[in-house]
Amino acid sequence: MGNRYQNRIELLQGTLDLLILQTLRWGPQHGYGISQAIRLNSGDILQVDTGSLYPALHRLERQKWIAADWKVSENKQRVRVYRLTAAGKKRLSSERSRWAQLSDAIAGVLEPAKKESEA
Amino acid sequence: MRFPFGRGKRQQQLDQEIAGHLEMAKRERLDRGESAQHADSAVRREFGNVALVQHVTRDQWGWLWLEEFLQDLRYGARTLQKNPGFTAIAMLTLALGIGANTSLFTVVNAVLLNPLPYPHPEQLITLHESKPNFLAGSLSYPNFRDWQNDNHSFSSMAVARSSTLSLTGLGEAEQVNTRFISAEYFPLLGVNPVLGRTFTAGEDEIGAAPIALISAGFWNRKFARALDVLGKTLNLDGKAYTIVGVTPADFDLFQRSAHVAEVYLPIGQWSNPLLPQRSAGLGIHGIGRLKPDVTIKQASADMQGVTNSLAEAFPDADKGIGATLIPLRKEMLGDVQPVLLVLLGAVGFVLLIACVNVANLLLARSSGRAREFAIRSALGAGQGRLVRQLLTESILLALAGGGLGVFLAQYATRAALRVLPEQLPRAADIHIDTHVLLFTAAVSLLAGILFGLAPAMKTSQPRLHETLKESGRGGSGTRHRAQGVFVVLEMAMALVLLVGAGLMIRSLVALWNVDPGFRPNNVFTFGLALPPSLLHATPAAIRAYVRDLDAKFAATPGVVAASQSWGAFPMGSDDEQLFWIDGQPKPTSENDMKWTLSYVVQPDYLKVMSIPLRQGRFFTIHDDEHSPFVAVIDDVFARKYFGGENPVGKRIRLDHIDLSGNGTLAQIVGVVGHVNQWGLGSDDTQQLGAQMYLHALQMPDDYIATVPGGGGSFIALRSNGTVPSLLDALRQTNRQINSEQVIYDARAMDDIVAATLAARRFSMILLASFAGLALMLSSIGIYGVISYVVGQRTHEIGLRMALGASRTEVLRMVLSQGAKLAGIGVLVGLAASLALTQLMGSMLYGVSPTDPLTFAGVAVILTLVALAACYIPARRAMRVDPMVALRYE
Repeated sequence: MGNRYQNRIELLQGTLDLLILQTLRWGPQHGYGISQAIRLNSGDILQVDTGSLYPALHRLERQKWIAADWKVSENKQRVRVYRLTAAGKKRLSSERSRWAQLSDAIAGVLEPAKKESEA
Repeated sequence: MRFPFGRGKRQQQLDQEIAGHLEMAKRERLDRGESAQHADSAVRREFGNVALVQHVTRDQWGWLWLEEFLQDLRYGARTLQKNPGFTAIAMLTLALGIGANTSLFTVVNAVLLNPLPYPHPEQLITLHESKPNFLAGSLSYPNFRDWQNDNHSFSSMAVARSSTLSLTGLGEAEQVNTRFISAEYFPLLGVNPVLGRTFTAGEDEIGAAPIALISAGFWNRKFARALDVLGKTLNLDGKAYTIVGVTPADFDLFQRSAHVAEVYLPIGQWSNPLLPQRSAGLGIHGIGRLKPDVTIKQASADMQGVTNSLAEAFPDADKGIGATLIPLRKEMLGDVQPVLLVLLGAVGFVLLIACVNVANLLLARSSGRAREFAIRSALGAGQGRLVRQLLTESILLALAGGGLGVFLAQYATRAALRVLPEQLPRAADIHIDTHVLLFTAAVSLLAGILFGLAPAMKTSQPRLHETLKESGRGGSGTRHRAQGVFVVLEMAMALVLLVGAGLMIRSLVALWNVDPGFRPNNVFTFGLALPPSLLHATPAAIRAYVRDLDAKFAATPGVVAASQSWGAFPMGSDDEQLFWIDGQPKPTSENDMKWTLSYVVQPDYLKVMSIPLRQGRFFTIHDDEHSPFVAVIDDVFARKYFGGENPVGKRIRLDHIDLSGNGTLAQIVGVVGHVNQWGLGSDDTQQLGAQMYLHALQMPDDYIATVPGGGGSFIALRSNGTVPSLLDALRQTNRQINSEQVIYDARAMDDIVAATLAARRFSMILLASFAGLALMLSSIGIYGVISYVVGQRTHEIGLRMALGASRTEVLRMVLSQGAKLAGIGVLVGLAASLALTQLMGSMLYGVSPTDPLTFAGVAVILTLVALAACYIPARRAMRVDPMVALRYE
């Protein structure tokens, strides 16, 4: 367990939105499922705090980037399932390109020589 | 900002969502073989503080639409700020439209909508006697007492009679507006005295002790609100009354501020000797309060029974007499309501035109904003969102216009009050209140949506491709068509208003050309309260005094002739006389007698009024109390009662001018022209056309004795127009005659005649100003559209000119486009007017609601104004330089 806390990375402002949208890219999912998927896909490094996850989900829903429906799970549990909307897909692609720019930019700052050779 | 509604449901859903999360996490741990207890606590630890998670999640719910709205508002305000010219013109246009509506609604609100200031006003019914000649005639005092006792429908009934009495012994002598009332009057209305008490049952009987109520205004004016006023005495017409109470200021049953009474006396104190006579119609009218749950229909049936049994018991007086019940509200507002509603409709049109104008401005501007919206739309804004933003902008504009409108309305209302007819009930209540402000807010919102919607729909559907490719002319075709439709609508509405105003103006012209039967210019009238010392004088002394009065006033510098007028007076007061032809038996009931208006005057009356003598002679100074009693009739009387026979020399018997009961024999000695008794607009609609003149000094002693205390003296005189301040001269003469004698209610006859037209003139002024406003706004509208079209077609015009089109041809082309729009508008407007002017029927006089001359004239005027408005952009088109136009782009 100590390992988990050491490797844990504080998510950048706005990055959680990107992760949620990206996760929903593969199909509708409930809150627990989303947090599990992010954890698994990041190799247990990104641990999403529920106190961040649920506000983010409700905010994204209000902005009409995701929509929610009530479904009943296999074990008869009523669950709230989120899916990506058309606007959300557009948002996802613009967030992705922004992220690519950001990581390029950061990479450029960290390795200036590489950036010059490209230019 | 929290969501105030549906919060419980959302909270429940959040609880379920979190419960689901915990349940699934636990299930997974159980599947991995963990013990239930361990799994449970691990899951809870992992999840963290449920309440805290809920709290931060709830924070996200917010009030999204409000945020978006505020965002739109900020954006809208910024856009409007960036186009100060557009914003100013649109706001001013709207302010004019909304302001005109607000000020008219202020009047409608006060007069028609506000409830009457009495408890349960719907129970209040005015009571009148129906007689063969009058639907709502006056009530006799004995009949009133019997109605009171015999009916089962009213919880209370009261009567009132207006009068003016001379007040002496309290400063300078003056005339005060007085009402003789029965004891029930104030309790029935629910009006409480501000000091002391009102009259109690029995105090209003004939012969009871003289007591009085005074109004708060009078209390203030004469007693400086001294609390010891109760018990003080008031000398009215030489009789001392003890003050027992003070009534609220400004109280008038019909809420006419010009008629507020200052003193109330018990009806039994009225010195008219005819008061106890059952057959006497003395100008007394009643008011009743229906018992709860009794309808006016039931009450009418009940009163029918009451009057039927009275007719059986007193056939002489009550045969054919019924009861007429009119709800107080209707009696008060009868004539006013349709006029105000027509005006409200008219002013609504003005606002519609203003809206159309602003819609046109927005459309024209939308071409400039096409790229802005194309970009926003490309960035993912939905059409609904764009419409909402544009609507927010137009509502913002409308509200700003509305605010400015209320400001303008304050002045407009004040100006309107100045031309308001005096008779308008409740005029004192007219002011801007919360109702008016709510109305204005609602109208502004509605206007904002109305003028904003069409442009918003158009603008929010940008053709992405074309617009962004900068071939920006793509959308202008439909926009241009919409603008054309708007202009046509505007022209049509302006035409309807112009027709309405035109018809009113033609009515007034027709009315001014009505021959009243006398020449009002240089005629001057005033009431004269005779000195109280005359009250106990002998009839001979009164006659001598009156004869002397006329001679002295006639001798005043500038006065040509003067005469007493005691009975009816044209457009002033009316007085009816019953009679039968001498030689025929006296009819058993009053209803079988003949009726005529009765003017009791002196020999110079004909000269004062310039009434033509048709036949025989008028009175001379040789007719007096010792010579045979003579009468002069008008030509309507002659035709109506004598047919083709020569009336001169015929004899009639006049009922009830003395107390003998046999009638007073009068010989007809002359015939004069008919005068207009009821006002320029209404004489031919009145049933009672016959008119008769009696010689004042020949009136029987019984009648003469009532003059000093009853009607007093009323003098009409003709001046030669050379004395600038005739009234001062008359006052000086008056002081020389007797210092206790008061001149009151002095008026020029021209003003009296004009006052009969006041209501129509008011409607005319308002309609004409609305029509003028409409004409102005619609000309601006057509100017704007033609300018826009010319701007759009600059390139084409340049091309045409390069290909050889002459400047005149270009001018003609542009003008014909304007003429086409105006023409269609005029045709639509004419059709609409044909239907709408029917509503004005009762306001018109001597002109039909479809008067062809008015319709044609107005159509020509509107077309010319529209063409003039198009001429400015047409000239601009004419000056287009083909080289510049073609090089551009």
